[in-house]
Amino acid sequence: MIELNDDKCMHCGACVGACPANAIYLNEVILDFNDDCTDCGLCVRACPVGALSLIRTRGLKVPAVTA
Amino acid sequence: MFFKDSYDVIVVGGGPSGSTAARYAARNGADVLLVEKRQEIGSPVRCGEGVSMEIFKHVDIKPDSSWFVNQVTGARIFGPSGKFILIDAKKAGDEVGAVIERDNFDKYLATEAARAGAEIATKTSVVALNRDGGEITGVRVRRMGEEKDVSAKLVIGADGFESQIARWSGFNTNLKTRDTTSNLQYRMTNLDLDPRFTDFYIGSVAPGGYVWIFPKSREVANVGIGLLLSKIKGPSEAKDYLDAFIENDIRFKNASIMETVSGGVSVSAPLDKVTADRIMLVGDAARMIDPLTGGGISNGVIAGKVCGEVAAEAVKAQDFSDEFLQRYEKGWRELLEEKLYRDYMAKEKLVSLDDVALDKLIEVMSAVRLENLSTKEILTAIRSKYPELVKEFEDLI
Repeated sequence: MIELNDDKCMHCGACVGACPANAIYLNEVILDFNDDCTDCGLCVRACPVGALSLIRTRGLKVPAVTA
Repeated sequence: MFFKDSYDVIVVGGGPSGSTAARYAARNGADVLLVEKRQEIGSPVRCGEGVSMEIFKHVDIKPDSSWFVNQVTGARIFGPSGKFILIDAKKAGDEVGAVIERDNFDKYLATEAARAGAEIATKTSVVALNRDGGEITGVRVRRMGEEKDVSAKLVIGADGFESQIARWSGFNTNLKTRDTTSNLQYRMTNLDLDPRFTDFYIGSVAPGGYVWIFPKSREVANVGIGLLLSKIKGPSEAKDYLDAFIENDIRFKNASIMETVSGGVSVSAPLDKVTADRIMLVGDAARMIDPLTGGGISNGVIAGKVCGEVAAEAVKAQDFSDEFLQRYEKGWRELLEEKLYRDYMAKEKLVSLDDVALDKLIEVMSAVRLENLSTKEILTAIRSKYPELVKEFEDLI
């Protein structure tokens, strides 16, 4: 998943246009990620100021949901 | 809300392309709404603010001192070794231009749109494209917590690099990493520069792109960088490369940063098709940015005029079919397409050259007196000294 550092984000939309899955929407100063994100990491490289990072989730154990 | 339920034309995006399209549509009789998601037209600036003089030949724009702040006499392109070529405005004509204040420029163009009769809605986001049985019927907008459907016969997507209108209406605007750049710029003050020149630095100081210094005066300049996404390996490289450039240049020793600007810029070939039934794309949304320079204002405004005029013709004919809208497709391509493809080829070549080859290029170009800067003349000059540099471009000579 992609993690946003709001302290660095310039709300410029470079990540939005670089996203091949259209998984990012910039509404004024709010950056929304939707479920279409494929963790490709292009937005991380496209961000001019390093506000995005890719958190590796593969291999992590997701706790089972118990009723 | 402050606007009506229905318009002939809704233009999404209040940048230069959108305002110009709205202006010429309204001037020619269309009922137009121009929607801008930001709370202020022109702000925040996301631009290097260099503009070619070409724009004034095509569109009725009168430079005024609120935004036309520095007309330069030449552009200097510095190779990695520090040698440079000077592109004289007198020879390169409209390629060398002026440095403007984009926030005021955008307001000027929006004002012209309003004067022509267009309505403008700021702090208004388009959240969906509405359809009825597949046919576009308008847009859904959100403003100050309220949502509303506004109908339109024609929607113009002028919503920039990250265009949602293009994607929602089925255009493939996905960019290859080699056709996308990551950009950062500082507006710096307390400088002591020669304001007659815009400066460009190519080579490994900015992989796949360049560093620019666009002076607004002796004291103030935009200092920025664009990097090709395919050459970027990790996060924050645009910032790191720009900071390193500034750190290593004595001219910036006492300078301060007044504003930081960032953004993505496409350096692709234009879209093969920018119209469909009831929809037209213009400007960055249609990938009309010059792929060699990354400049988008002139092309957007020039195409925006054609777009607005055709929108008004469509309203008069009450024909909003893709077939009718080919008038726009044909019109803007006649004005811009050849140069866009030529510059795309040039960019593809340039980004493949290392520092040694770029220095050779600068050396050859500074040695010959180029009467005009045609691609052909430049390539011929290079071939005479370094034929291996232009081998794969023989057919262009």
